[in-house]
Amino acid sequence: MAPVRGDGMRGLAVFISDIRNCKSKEAEVKRINKELANIRSKFKGDKTLDGYQKKKYVCKLLFIFLLGHDIDFGHMEAVNLLSSNKYSEKQIGYLFISVLVNTNSDLIRLIIQSIKNDLQSRNPVHVNLALQCIANIGSRDMAESFSNEIPKLLVSGDTMDVVKQSAALCLLRLFRSSPDIIPGGEWTSRIIHLLNDQHMGVVTAATSLIDALVKCNPDEYKGCVNLAVSRLSRIVTASYTDLQDYTYYFVPAPWLSVKLLRLLQNYNPVTEEAGVRARLNETLETILNKAQEPPKSKKVQHSNAKNAVLFEAINLIIHSDSEPNLLVRACNQLGQFLSNRETNLRYLALESMCHLATSEFSHEEVKKHQEVVILSMKMEKDVSVRQMAVDLLYAMCDRGNAEEIVQEMLNYLETADYSIREEMVLKVAILAEKYATDYTWYVDVILNLIRIAGDYVSEEVWYRVIQIVINREEVQGYAAKTVFEALQAPACHENMVKVGGYILGEFGNLIAGDSRSAPLVQFKLLHSKYHLCSPMTRALLLSTYIKFINLFPEIRTNIQDVFRQHSNLRSADAELQQRASEYLQLSIVASTDVLATVLEEMPSFPERESSILAVLKKKKPGRVPENEIRESKSPAPTSGPGSVLQNNVHVNNSHSKLNNSNANTDLLGLSTPPANNVGSNSNSTLIDVLGDIYGSNNNSSAVYNTKKFLFKNNGVLFENEMLQIGVKSEFRQNLGRLGLFYGNKTQVPLSNFNPVLQWSAEETLKLNVQMKAVEPTLEAGAQIQQLLTAECIEDYADAPTIEISFRYNGTQQKFSIKLPLSVNKFFEPTEMNAESFFARWKNLSGEQQRSQKVFKAAQPLDLPGARNKLMGFGMQLLDSVDPNPDNMVCAGIIHTQSQQVGCLMRLEPNKQAQMFRLTVRASKETVTREICDLLADQF
Amino acid sequence: MMLFMLLFSRQGKLRLQKWYMAYPDKVKKKITRELVTTILARKPKMCSFLEWKDCKIVYKRYASLYFCCAIEQNDNELLTLEIIHRYVELLDKYFGSVCELDIIFNFEKAYFILDELLIGGEIQETSKKNVLKAIASQDLLQEDETPQSFFDDHGLG
Repeated sequence: MAPVRGDGMRGLAVFISDIRNCKSKEAEVKRINKELANIRSKFKGDKTLDGYQKKKYVCKLLFIFLLGHDIDFGHMEAVNLLSSNKYSEKQIGYLFISVLVNTNSDLIRLIIQSIKNDLQSRNPVHVNLALQCIANIGSRDMAESFSNEIPKLLVSGDTMDVVKQSAALCLLRLFRSSPDIIPGGEWTSRIIHLLNDQHMGVVTAATSLIDALVKCNPDEYKGCVNLAVSRLSRIVTASYTDLQDYTYYFVPAPWLSVKLLRLLQNYNPVTEEAGVRARLNETLETILNKAQEPPKSKKVQHSNAKNAVLFEAINLIIHSDSEPNLLVRACNQLGQFLSNRETNLRYLALESMCHLATSEFSHEEVKKHQEVVILSMKMEKDVSVRQMAVDLLYAMCDRGNAEEIVQEMLNYLETADYSIREEMVLKVAILAEKYATDYTWYVDVILNLIRIAGDYVSEEVWYRVIQIVINREEVQGYAAKTVFEALQAPACHENMVKVGGYILGEFGNLIAGDSRSAPLVQFKLLHSKYHLCSPMTRALLLSTYIKFINLFPEIRTNIQDVFRQHSNLRSADAELQQRASEYLQLSIVASTDVLATVLEEMPSFPERESSILAVLKKKKPGRVPENEIRESKSPAPTSGPGSVLQNNVHVNNSHSKLNNSNANTDLLGLSTPPANNVGSNSNSTLIDVLGDIYGSNNNSSAVYNTKKFLFKNNGVLFENEMLQIGVKSEFRQNLGRLGLFYGNKTQVPLSNFNPVLQWSAEETLKLNVQMKAVEPTLEAGAQIQQLLTAECIEDYADAPTIEISFRYNGTQQKFSIKLPLSVNKFFEPTEMNAESFFARWKNLSGEQQRSQKVFKAAQPLDLPGARNKLMGFGMQLLDSVDPNPDNMVCAGIIHTQSQQVGCLMRLEPNKQAQMFRLTVRASKETVTREICDLLADQF
Repeated sequence: MMLFMLLFSRQGKLRLQKWYMAYPDKVKKKITRELVTTILARKPKMCSFLEWKDCKIVYKRYASLYFCCAIEQNDNELLTLEIIHRYVELLDKYFGSVCELDIIFNFEKAYFILDELLIGGEIQETSKKNVLKAIASQDLLQEDETPQSFFDDHGLG
């Protein structure tokens, strides 16, 4: 280690060595605590501490803070250092404040005077220290206190260059928090003219400031364009020796060049003046020419700096989108980079080409590189580069090359990284739809997608293929034939069963003439998959079967047998049971005419933009390359997708007499992802619950809401920085159904994702909970659902827990969450009048039938809140039963398979004492106690 | 504009952090944790740029230290690599072939040098000579002002 100039602080060095020698985290903490105690006592007791010692201790505190420990003292000592007349002490004081003081700390007011003094110093080193501090804090307070001084420093003729540079950037920082700090009027032209300053450092700093000002007020600062163009032109044509130390590895002033090129991108067109435009184009050409020259150095710094300017020039060319010649040249240049040995360059070239592909002038040029890009997609070692190649293929796709690109993407999909599969599926689906001239091709592509990457095919994708098939008569027969063939594979993905089930239900008749796909064969084929599918798919298949009865009356009895099998207790899922029995009735009761009307072919969907596009945009806001040449931009996606969901609503409503509950919609609603603003009501809760998974990630604190779920069925059950768990549940009699929605909030997949139910065998005899398995990988930003069914056989205490474990970035995570499945969920509210309430109340007076608790109320005592909670609890809240209007009484019946347990409850507030008395009476002792335990301390 | 710069070792120890946006402490710790694990998991030949949340990350490894910057979507990645390089050159020139230990023991100097290079997340001075001149004039001010307790500390009192 070389000796360091200035004065080292020995005590600090010793302390740092000590920390480094600590063998364990504990030892380190111990050493730090010792030091903190020492510093605290020095600051408290020793009045003779001199500046050097204060500086040393403040510096130690800073070091401790940077190790990741909290510091709650020493701020005043640091503030004192600011007014020291020794520079090194002042500097440490400023450093401490910059690092530790938050923008809204009270301390800020204390330091403003010291900063003012330093700003007025004649020594530029002091002035800069003050400016750096203002910029580091950058708060509104700072802006208000220095709104006079800093603009003056910036334009005054007396200010030294180094100070001007700092002042420009300091002003920029303050402008970002308080845009009103910039004086207008004559200041505008003085600020713009900094672009002409002799000193390159000043121009560089000023360009950053002007760029921000232009963004807010382009007209006022329009004068900067001419100055920027001529400055840029001078730099680009300068030889590298002209600019001395502002030349970086043989590239003249790369930072300033890039900033000027950025500044010009704020205007479109950049300029109306022909002369200026010609000079700009000439400059851009020079930059492109230089890219072709042999490198002046082998160092990567040389090529980076040179290419940084080149890429920024290309950005400007793309931004203007008006010079075909430059666009084509840019494209050729980027094409060369596609096979450069530097990964960074290949990545940037792919990214930049995505933009070029959307210009009508360069789209064809970009297409020339298709083969190389396909190779990049397949061969690049870094997944982010492969992803960029996929983006570019998507952007360069048009009617001419769609078949080839889609095929290549499909081929690659089989081996693609898990992290990009879902997005690729969306892209393939969009391209296939958009450029399909022959819809049989489209159907083939989507079915291939499901075959190759079924798990990644979201609902939007398979909804969409059904919409298109329904709307295009010419493809219906082909679709039916193809899905029929696809379903014959021994193992086929559930999504294939969904699409197949739906399409055969609508158009199975079109292929029924062939004996190989006769009605009974179709039905048997579909039904052979039934047992392997989730309830949602089974529900869909049941609908297909009833449609079959309409299409193929000859197999009616076979189908009715199946309905019969599933319309009784053997079908654990209440929804399926209901569906089966209602369809069975429909098939028995309704005449062929009625049946034909009810189960008529689906009407066409209104034509609208693909909902898949919206999903893609949602997935990567601002990062989805447009697959649309800019000249012919299509309108933004319209509202909701035409989901198959709505079809089912259609079926239900058309014979609502038979199907008096629209639980079907609910069932499907449960599994609709929150990707879209779906209009139908059944989904809205879910979207609310899960909508923010993709939103703010800064909600870092874990939220764990189980208690609240005593009183409600839907909402966010748990949330921490990695995972959000939403729940939606529904109970009927002694049966319940729960959908858990796991949302991965991180940028990486959660692997080994495994929720395990913690509910003993003994407890299962009372409450039988069945949980569907989930995929072991939860992709970044994705959400999966898990369905649980619960059957209450006998009353029970407490509620099941699930233990969720997964690996996040190589570390194992595990936590347990109580499920909202307490016994009160099986309550049926019971209405009764005062007389019968009190009669029952008196009847339930045995020792085992009563339970009482007195507890302190939450502050402040909230009676309306308590009433609300009770209403959500599941019992009937009975008004005008108790003579005291403050008292709340409720009645309800708990449904279990073995018996029904009547239950009464009374909650009496004592306002003076801020207490509640809770009394529960029920016909069974265990229920009495459990309900009392559940409700105690909840108000 | 640059949003923040982090220096950390191969073992994942944070050596320097500079924030140009006001994040709460908790968020800073979370960002640091996430980025350190993400970057340490990457292989040497991979691209130096990555998309991360709504910004871009540019990083480069020098010996045992990783330099990592977050920039906005519109910022120039290649030039950010060169900001890092310029900073390394400045440290190298100042400390005389800099190593991780120099930055640990003289962290305050590392901050002062960075403050001369960047202000508010924007490059202030690209000339190496000028930055070194500014640092030298700071050091010059210090040399006249050595107090008594400095000698005490070093056993020279």
